[in-house]
Amino acid sequence: MTEKNNGVLVVVEVAESQPVDLGLEMLGLARRLTDGLGGVVTAVAFGAGLENIGEILIARGADQVLVNDNTIFSDFHAEAWLPDLSKIISEVAPDIVLIGHSEPGTDLAPRLAFRLDVDVATGCESIEIVNGRPHMTRSCFGGLAREVVTFSKTPALATIRSKSQQALEPMMERVGEVQQVSSILDESSIRTRVVSRETEKADGAKMESAKIVIGGGLGLGGPEGFKTLNEIAELVDGAVGASRAACDLDWCPRSYQIGLSGRTVAPELYLAVGISGASHHMAGCGNSKTIVSVNTDPKAEIFKSSRFGIVGNSQEIMPALAEEIRKLKA
Amino acid sequence: MKIAVCVKQIQNPEIPSAQFRIDEEAKVLIPVSGLSPVLSPFDEQAVEAALRIRDRAGEDADVEITIVTIASKGVRAPIKAALALGADNAVLLSDSVFDGGGGYVTARNLAEAIRTIGDVDLILTGRQAADGDAGVVGLGIAEILNIPAITFARDVQVNDGVVTVQRVLQDGIETVEADLPALVTISNELGKVRHASMRETMRAAKKPVNEWTPEDIGLDGGQVGNSAVRYKRERLYVPVNDIECEFISGDTPAEIAATLARHMRDAKLI
Repeated sequence: MTEKNNGVLVVVEVAESQPVDLGLEMLGLARRLTDGLGGVVTAVAFGAGLENIGEILIARGADQVLVNDNTIFSDFHAEAWLPDLSKIISEVAPDIVLIGHSEPGTDLAPRLAFRLDVDVATGCESIEIVNGRPHMTRSCFGGLAREVVTFSKTPALATIRSKSQQALEPMMERVGEVQQVSSILDESSIRTRVVSRETEKADGAKMESAKIVIGGGLGLGGPEGFKTLNEIAELVDGAVGASRAACDLDWCPRSYQIGLSGRTVAPELYLAVGISGASHHMAGCGNSKTIVSVNTDPKAEIFKSSRFGIVGNSQEIMPALAEEIRKLKA
Repeated sequence: MKIAVCVKQIQNPEIPSAQFRIDEEAKVLIPVSGLSPVLSPFDEQAVEAALRIRDRAGEDADVEITIVTIASKGVRAPIKAALALGADNAVLLSDSVFDGGGGYVTARNLAEAIRTIGDVDLILTGRQAADGDAGVVGLGIAEILNIPAITFARDVQVNDGVVTVQRVLQDGIETVEADLPALVTISNELGKVRHASMRETMRAAKKPVNEWTPEDIGLDGGQVGNSAVRYKRERLYVPVNDIECEFISGDTPAEIAATLARHMRDAKLI
């Protein structure tokens, strides 16, 4: 147990001047943790055009918000974030630092841990306070196992998986303090230069917020299979994702990838089509409320996680499903 | 140019989940008997990335690829595999005190080994080990050595002392460059790795492997392995999955699809 009582600090990622869902989910976790740990919830946001972010984050559970509003932070760049973030964490001296287990977060958190000479648990699904110390549960062995870890040094850093935590409903009457911080960044300390950035046109946020996600795998037989999935997704207002194997074969954009090294979704319904259910894929969809799977192999791993299963050829079943949904909607 | 590739040997991550076993008491993996360990797949791709750099540089270029690994004494499989793919030599941190250090300690040991090798221009690692799934060690090495690091690469090229990396973003691709020395972590988007040729496999047996102790890399026993662990694994377990799958059957695809569509409507998803 530490004598300090400085609570939990949450690094909230920002997209188009708004906090991303994962940031709000982590604030929910931070609130619950401070119930056990005491102390305050500090939210930190880096970005440009962040005039309104303070009140949003307070309504979602923050007691104090530190806003670093600066055009250098418009796009994520780990080296640019590190000096300011290290300084803020040293000053706030929290017991726990929460960072999103997103592509920027996984790039940032290990660097930050080494800079602060503390440890980081990546890919956490839950954190409990036991005898005043954070016990972090994280996925390992490609999603097949979970380990619970504790650290001897403070603060404990953790990257948190998307959809593993519940955000709090916004409470506009909550009060908190918003503070602007000015950057100490010396731009000459940045050693990596971004030459170009090309973003694929994909319904980025949609996959994480869609009620229905349809994942396609090798069983689709080729890129054409994704056309039917997209058609169904359009009918049900859902989103399409894919297994790593399908992405590696370029059957669909890489941004479709769901799994350990891709995106994490937790929709009401995850429809797994021609996906075997390798653990590294399940790591990205295992928290879905209901999984329904279509596979030619009755012994496929995916059926072990599925509420409903269909043994059959997806190339026949999916066009038929599109047709049936059309009928129901008519 | 000197390239160091850090690799780890693990149990084949592609085994069916039914074979996967944990010793909850000892909080360790129970190895599947009769199964040979493999190079962690992302690390294997890091070796591939190094070989592609050497291929592009051409026959006359002086590119030396050194494999660096931590493994118990006598465990040579990861090194042999990497040398057979075409790496030139290897460093094995083999003292038993190196075992089981966790991310911080592992990064520390590898960083000191790379410092000891000397004049390394480029360090490559996998984006994460496919057993721990942490993704900490590569970035840790770069922080300790105070060199730039670029993560999640799908392509790495070196020209005139500058490394240019295409890195994978969630919604696209970013091209980033840094002056050498630098560290790059490799992602699965790098693509297929080559197979070991018979010729390289034969040659691999003769390639130099240096076994180093903590003293060799300037660390004392307290700074390596378990003795320096700052984290504790409180528990290791396989999550229970108590879902019973109900199979939807029917005579025709249309009939099956109709049942599924009805279920979706009943759940108010349509």
